[in-house]
Formats: sequence, structure tokens, C-alpha cells
Amino acid sequence: MFEVALQLAQETGGGGVTDEGLKSLAHGLVFGLAAIGPGVGVGLVFSSAIEAMARQPETAGATRTTMFLGFALIEALALIGFVLAFIV
Amino acid sequence: MVLAQVDELDPFHLFIWDPIWFEGTAFEINRVVLLMFLASALCIGFFWLGSRRGSLVPKGIQNLAESAYFFVRDQIAIDVIGPKDGLRFAPYLATLFFFIFFMNLLEIVPGINFPVTSRMAIPAMLALLTYIIFNVVGMARQGGISYFKDTLFPPGVPMVVKPLLAIIELASVFIFRPLTLAIRLFANMMAGHVLLTIFFLFTHGFLVVDFNVLTVPIGILTGVVAAGLIVFEMLVISIQAYIFTMLTAFYIAESIHGHGEHDEEEAHDVGGARADPAKPAGPHVTEGMAEVA
Repeated sequence: MFEVALQLAQETGGGGVTDEGLKSLAHGLVFGLAAIGPGVGVGLVFSSAIEAMARQPETAGATRTTMFLGFALIEALALIGFVLAFIV
Repeated sequence: MVLAQVDELDPFHLFIWDPIWFEGTAFEINRVVLLMFLASALCIGFFWLGSRRGSLVPKGIQNLAESAYFFVRDQIAIDVIGPKDGLRFAPYLATLFFFIFFMNLLEIVPGINFPVTSRMAIPAMLALLTYIIFNVVGMARQGGISYFKDTLFPPGVPMVVKPLLAIIELASVFIFRPLTLAIRLFANMMAGHVLLTIFFLFTHGFLVVDFNVLTVPIGILTGVVAAGLIVFEMLVISIQAYIFTMLTAFYIAESIHGHGEHDEEEAHDVGGARADPAKPAGPHVTEGMAEVA
């Protein structure tokens, strides 16, 4: 495994910027950038849901359902980025 | 073995499986299809064992099966769709939940380690079923034209915004709903599978294949992380099955109630809970339902 990694490092390290290298960079960037917004969004959803549940424990069931709904919709954006990283 | 696999560095080895039977036909059977049959068999076996006795006081596996079904029926079907229509859709939602759950569960079963839902065809098929169901239910309940009218032009919207909103609703309801439903499940399970694979592969590589003083601590670290990831994947497995089922229920609920009616109901729920904390609308109703049933 390490021989392969070493070989790859030597091959790409020697020749400066290559198309292959840029493509790898794009793979990382696509998912990395796509994860920023949903990361903030999922944090907001859960923090608001916790606050709502703490204030009104009697509606915790309804809050939880809505929380997962919002979480799922936001998470889809990050996952589309994840899938795109494979396609790019 | 690992060296040989990594040496080829062909990512399609991760995604393409050799056929076992019926090669070249539409009914080609490979490892993934066999695992899907296994998941169905687990699903059927679990509920067959659970419902075999049917004793009044549930015990053992019957207890487990009943509370599992009640979870889907009360927490998802009745909570989201409503008491009357929720009961009608509960069997389908429960089937969906446990089929996805058992297919996901194969991800962390030692010796199998492959979630069937990480192949796009299966989430896509399930999402297509959901798509057909919520559209057919909407057309049956609200009438063909008024269903599309209510979905595309929600009532109570200013005339100026209507064309814009119609385009957004068209895209979000009829295109992005099934798409995101399928991609969410598929991408989650594939991400988990790839993550586990990478960490197990590194542990194997650092500790067994090629090791010295420097690599052994890293190998132990990756091993510990891999064990932690299994616990995390257990969470993801249940949450994804839950979310897929809940979104299906939510789409069905929206088709049944339509926009205007649904909003009113929600407002009423919140208002009721605020006005009278002793008798909230949400979870207590379902508890009452469970007692009656």
C-alpha cells in the first residue's frame, strides 16, 4: 500500500501542476465547499430544536418530527456535493 | 491480497460486481441482489417470528416486533399523516422502514460489510414508489386537476409571486423530491461504507501488511476510529431508515391534506398546545391511540 502511495507521490510531485492533480483538487474542493453551508444549517436546526424542546417539552414529539424534516432537507445539499465529487 | 487490490487503483472495483447467475439477462443475480434477498428474508423472518404466537401479553421477540411496528405506526404514520389516514398507510410505511433498515444493517454485519442501499438502483426504486404513491394519493383525494392546482398555486399567495412560486414548486415537488429522497439514502450509505472501508484497510495495512515501530501506533489509532465509526454508522443506519420513511409519510400527508388545510391544522395544533398545556395535540394523541388499539 505504501509503495503505491510513494509511487503516486513521486509521480505527481515531480511534474508540477498536472490535469490529474487539478482534478483531485476539484474532488476535494467540491465536497469541502458543499459541506460548509449545510454544516451551518444543520447546526442551526438542531440548536433551535433543542431550544424549542427545552421551552415546551410537551410539544417535543412534533418538534422532533419537524427537526428531522429540516435536517433531512439540508443534509441533501451536502450529499449532492458528495455525489458530485465522484462525478466531477 | 490488499496490496493486489490497491495496486490496481481502479475505483470501479468498488462499484461493479461479477454476476453469479442469469448473466446478461434482466434478472442477473450478483452479490448485491443476494444480499437484498437476505435483507427481505430477515425482515420476513423477524415479523413471522414476532407474530407467530399472537399471545395477549407479548413476550420476547413478539414484544420487540410489536414495539417496532408501533414505533412506525405511532411516531411516523399517525403523527405525520393523522389518526385516520395514518392507520391506512402504516403497513406500507412499516414495510419500507424495516426493509431499508435491514438493508442498511448489513453495512456493519461482520463478514458482509456491505449496505445494499449503497447501490443507487434500490433507493431509486423506493423513491419512485414513494413518488407514485404520493401523486396517486393526491390525485385520488383532491381530484386530478385540483391536486396540481393546489400544489403549484398554493392558496393565499399574492398574484405577483404566483408564476415564480409555480416554477419553484414544480421543481421542488415533482423533480427534487424523489431525486433527493434517493440520493440522500444512497449517498449516506455509500459514504459510510467508503469511510469504514478506508479505516479498516488502513488498520490492516499498518498492522498486518507492512508494519514497523512508526506505523503500529497509527494502525491502532485507525482501528479505534474504525470501531467508533461502527457505532456512528449504527446511528446513521437507523436515522436514514427513519428519515426516508418520515419523508414518505410527510409527502403523503401533504398530498392528502393539500396546502391550505394542512397549514390551518398546524396552526391549530400549536395554538391548542399553547392554550392548554394539559392536553397537547402532538404525542399524547398517539399515546391515546396506542391504548385504544
